[in-house]
Amino acid sequence: MSLSLDEVRRIASLARLKLSPEEEERFAGQLSAILGYVEELNEVDVNSVEPMTHALSAGEAPALRADEQRPGLGAETAVAAAPERAGTHFKVPRIIE
Amino acid sequence: MSPAQELTALALREAGDAVAARRTSSLELTEAALARIEKVDPGLGAFLTVSAERARAEARAADARAARGERRSPLDGVPVAVKDLFSTRGLSTTAGSRILEGYRPPYDADAVERLAAAGAVLLGKLNMDEFAMGSSNENSGYKPCRNPWDPSRTPGGSSGGSAAAVAARLAHGTLGTDTGGSIREPAAFCGVVGVKPTYGRVSRYGVVAFASSLDQVGPLARTVGDAALLLRTVAGHDPRDMTSSSRPVDDYLATLEGGAKGLRIGVPREWLAGGLEPGTEAAVRAALDTYQQLGANLIEVSLPHSRYGIAAYYIIAPAEASSNLARYDGVRFGIRSPARGLREMYGDTRDRGFGPEVKRRIMVGTYALSSGYYDAYYLRAQKVRTLVRRDLDQAFECCDVVAGPVAPGVAFRLGEKVEDPLQMYLADVFTITANLAALPALSVPCGKDAATGLPVGLQLVGRPFDESTLLRAARAFEREVGIFPAPPEVE
Repeated sequence: MSLSLDEVRRIASLARLKLSPEEEERFAGQLSAILGYVEELNEVDVNSVEPMTHALSAGEAPALRADEQRPGLGAETAVAAAPERAGTHFKVPRIIE
Repeated sequence: MSPAQELTALALREAGDAVAARRTSSLELTEAALARIEKVDPGLGAFLTVSAERARAEARAADARAARGERRSPLDGVPVAVKDLFSTRGLSTTAGSRILEGYRPPYDADAVERLAAAGAVLLGKLNMDEFAMGSSNENSGYKPCRNPWDPSRTPGGSSGGSAAAVAARLAHGTLGTDTGGSIREPAAFCGVVGVKPTYGRVSRYGVVAFASSLDQVGPLARTVGDAALLLRTVAGHDPRDMTSSSRPVDDYLATLEGGAKGLRIGVPREWLAGGLEPGTEAAVRAALDTYQQLGANLIEVSLPHSRYGIAAYYIIAPAEASSNLARYDGVRFGIRSPARGLREMYGDTRDRGFGPEVKRRIMVGTYALSSGYYDAYYLRAQKVRTLVRRDLDQAFECCDVVAGPVAPGVAFRLGEKVEDPLQMYLADVFTITANLAALPALSVPCGKDAATGLPVGLQLVGRPFDESTLLRAARAFEREVGIFPAPPEVE
């Protein structure tokens, strides 16, 4: 298993990570080693095995609550930790040029 | 010992009883803990935030209750601390990451609410690997944490601060989280008791998410009984976490002294088949002998798929993390790097805010979930997860608990595994099984490595929601060999 620099750049772009050229080099090697290691999963016969899609034990399925209106945090509290805000709005850089 | 040292030396329940009997006050306990943190922690690095004023206010309130003869719980007035992964209203919560520097949550995690309702005093927030990703606490975005038994070694991780604070007597008990061993491994490395409950036993509400199908909250304490009390305090149904179980919480303390006679202990042959450091293997085998002397039956069992646990885990956990960590986008909380466009702002913020291990796992997870690779990686890993659970279910047909090592060896040196992430991952080989299988497990100190004098932990894994049997079994061992000592005083 060997990941090319182009693949590393493609994944970083999907993950919205900006990597330096040194990080791209290092990650290409380290991710190749990690993905090479997990290839041992291919040794396991998983035919007719159901995936464990959640971690709840049998009989632990969550009960749905009633769909009722309840108080939330409120706009002022919700934006209080934002790095940039305008009133009770989150401020972001320009999206449409 | 000075009077203040005597106070910090009290175990959790002793401290609570002393407050209730008015032999001491919560404020005296709190001042003693704060003074010890100030003296010892600069060399240890267990705390990221000390909330001294809040702690004093909570202590005074506890003392007022005690004066009126009121007692909210056996924890009333006792100083504790929590991993910096737990949201605390108005109090810095970083998850060990620079990307959340300065963040003050608008609400408390469920477990924090429950501690407060029980009257516990919050001393502060504990150091950890960034977003709980790591086995050595070296991935903290702020500072390393050291092992109180040997400052050149790691306390384990990711709940390194939680274990170090208990071992160094900076807090009477702490909370951590365990996604692949993050409570049990540091508990073993620092010589304290650590419990990862069944998935769903403790609410994850307000706990910064790493890998949502694996994350679970649990206690660390000096004794099994203290861990049982803390677990009982924070466990229970919470409608705000849809994976929270509505099963009633057992009274762990009521059954704690039930002994080990007749207990059927499964010993997985794969877990003692080599690869352990000699001192660790010797301590674990001696602990199993002790159980036999106590009247337990040892039964050899097989967990043939546990060797694939690391591979499955290092797909599932990064995949879930890459999704969970998408929320750190510089918009709603934490830091933002100024940039002209949105794409650049995302990239610059995440580049500046995330450390190398977090980036590495986001990359692995994004790759495993990306178009064309999902079936080969994530889906296959989820199927192997089913097989890991089936192995355990089968073992529990003939035994009550499964026992083995927590980690392949004792606490390693700071820097030893930093350059080789895969080597670091292999330290989790014995703990990951319980996370994948969603089962309860704990680490109880079982002796010292003969060569280094460092603590070794014994791991016990139990049936779903059978924390009672796990704790009773651990207590039987602790009662026989004695409570594990404190590390030599670091001056």
